[in-house]
Amino acid sequence: MTDAPPGYGGPGFFATSLDKVIGIARSNSLWPLPFATSCCGIEFMATMGAHYDISRFGAERPSFSPRQSDVLLVMGTIAKKMGPVVKQVYLQMAEPRWVVAVGACASSGGIFDTYSVLQGIDRIIPVDVYVPGCPPRPEQILDGLMQVQELAKGESLRRRETEEYRALLESYNILEKNDR
Amino acid sequence: MTENNTIVARTQEEALALNVPLQEENNYTTLNLGPTHPATHGIFQNILTMDGERIVSSEMTVGYIHRAFEKIAERRPFYQITTLTDRMNYCSSPINNMGWHMTVEKLLEVTVPKRAQYIRVIMMELARIADHLICSSIMGVDTGAFSGFLYVMQEREKIYEVYEEMCGARLTTNMGRIGGMERDLSPTAIKKIKDLVYNSLPKVFAEFEELFDRNRIFRDRTIGVGPVSKEMAVSYGFTGPNLRAAGIDYDVRVIEPYSSYEDFEFEIPVGHNGDTYDRYKVRNAEVWESIKIIRQAIENLPEGPYHANENHYYLPPKQAVYQNMEALIYHFKIVMGEIDAPVGEVYHAVEGGNGELGFYLISDGGRAPFRLHFRRPCFIYYQAYGELIKGGTVSDAIPIMSSLNVIAGELDA
Amino acid sequence: MIDNQRLVEEIGGQFGEKVHRFEENFGILGFSTAPEDLLSVVAFLKEHPVLKFNFLTDITGVHFPDNTGAEFCSVCLMHSWENRIRVRIKVFVPKENPVVPSLTPLFDAANWMERETFDFYGILYSGHPNLKRILNMDDMDYFPMRKEYALEDPTRRDKIDDLFGR
Repeated sequence: MTDAPPGYGGPGFFATSLDKVIGIARSNSLWPLPFATSCCGIEFMATMGAHYDISRFGAERPSFSPRQSDVLLVMGTIAKKMGPVVKQVYLQMAEPRWVVAVGACASSGGIFDTYSVLQGIDRIIPVDVYVPGCPPRPEQILDGLMQVQELAKGESLRRRETEEYRALLESYNILEKNDR
Repeated sequence: MTENNTIVARTQEEALALNVPLQEENNYTTLNLGPTHPATHGIFQNILTMDGERIVSSEMTVGYIHRAFEKIAERRPFYQITTLTDRMNYCSSPINNMGWHMTVEKLLEVTVPKRAQYIRVIMMELARIADHLICSSIMGVDTGAFSGFLYVMQEREKIYEVYEEMCGARLTTNMGRIGGMERDLSPTAIKKIKDLVYNSLPKVFAEFEELFDRNRIFRDRTIGVGPVSKEMAVSYGFTGPNLRAAGIDYDVRVIEPYSSYEDFEFEIPVGHNGDTYDRYKVRNAEVWESIKIIRQAIENLPEGPYHANENHYYLPPKQAVYQNMEALIYHFKIVMGEIDAPVGEVYHAVEGGNGELGFYLISDGGRAPFRLHFRRPCFIYYQAYGELIKGGTVSDAIPIMSSLNVIAGELDA
Repeated sequence: MIDNQRLVEEIGGQFGEKVHRFEENFGILGFSTAPEDLLSVVAFLKEHPVLKFNFLTDITGVHFPDNTGAEFCSVCLMHSWENRIRVRIKVFVPKENPVVPSLTPLFDAANWMERETFDFYGILYSGHPNLKRILNMDDMDYFPMRKEYALEDPTRRDKIDDLFGR
């Protein structure tokens, strides 16, 4: 159960802003897209299992289709060969979308400072939450998801229309075909 | 298919004139399976050419998480390579690590005390169980049953608790050292291992087997799917459970015993047809054998030190580092990786989670290996995948993939 | 029981001058041969009625930059399951013409092992059905495992050398 947002209430009515209601709805039904490439993916399997149970946070359904998902969880090393695929998956997701870089490799390349490894996925797509660890414990992955919930809760409905957000996407060469 | 017919009729008139059946344009479709397909477990791309439901041919692309392990290994002192082997087959990292430590010990000609060898055996068998649990339960998920996965994940958590007791980490368990173990088995760890192998795991795993072994859907999806003959398995370099499913009792633990495996009584389970169901059965039988080995090892655990007196590679105790000059020097030299290894050329193989995991090390007398090559079992046998799925349907290709237990991190190195 | 001494006699007796540099490293016998003789040596070991080296364990490459005239080495490791013995065969080739015959006619497993070695070192396996890069990207223009190339990506800018102590 989630708490009601601040607002004005009386017998039989409750008034609050639409942003907040939608924020609550979004944050409690985040469908993750597990983009698991290596070790962190195995820890995500533990997170999905009964012991840690990611479903408690509204992420009951791991959506393997980008179109139906809200959070892109990139777990594991992304090699340069994989980079375009990550970007493609990100482009296929619908707004609003959030990205979590789970683990040291996705965040910064980790221990693999080599010719073949992308030094952090934030070089190709914007990242909202970084989860440190090599690999992070399931609790940390859950904490990362809760951070996304906080972001989703507090986000204004018009944030994705702002110039700032446009500029961010443009800096990554991501064109918003639907928006223009 | 037109390959066998030399005369091909493309039109109705031709067919009548030549008296051969009319050959229509082939309506092949191309299907892209991966690299982010949920059923490919990690990232493999298969471009399938399909004739209706049937797979005509496939083109496999790998290397999507190529991380240049072998290149990094040439720049790192010996003890730091454990961080790489950890992340190679991440489902059973203790086997990888201890295989690497044994390789270096072979080069240094160090003898590891019996107790350390037994602790290693326990940890490696726990890792094998964890590896097989994941593979078997994911096969269940791929054939449409999620509950088996939830059952055994709970047991895998218990194995991870043992790891945590040993070293604090769950997955990348840097618990071994060159020369032995980092620390001894604590009473808590022994209690947890005993509880696991005597009580919880046999119970839950028997229940898991009951769920799948005679399940109609599971049997229909797996029996006769993707069979591997003995000759094909040998030619394609199969090792491990996949080879044994084809009926060959090759196991590195028996052929070249390492770490006191000769002390234990266990059987090598083999299959008959080498199909997907056999691979599943062989893995499950191996879990039972591993439980047997752990029971023997924990009951007969010898007393004594848990590491060899290898000053050049095994860190001295922290208290000695503070009080003793030599210990401080060795501590510094080991941590900075300033110790030169002897010259030599070593190949050491261990039985990894999915086959013969080999380490080919050439040392030129420097602080880092001159060349280190990992013989990754699944890299070698995965090339047979295209052959296995040919002629089958896409729904066959998925269980075949999961029954081969390909681990992307190990495959792409 | 077959031991390394017996192996030396068998192989030396069959090939004489064509095999050389016998050495034993930690129990495994190794020897070198010329590229043109590799196929016949491997076929001999595989087909031999007693030795029965039925399994190709591994193929890999090594780069010796200082070994002028024979910079690259293609190593293959064979295993006889019945006799529980391994043997290592090395072929040294110069960097100007690193051509080694492919073992794919004898073992299907050689296919990807050779592709990987080609990908890392640029050793060309003649007779290979599909010799192209496997782990790295197709458009890569160098062979990364050669000793002269750096480990790190030369184009990266986010990890500043001063901060990382290089």
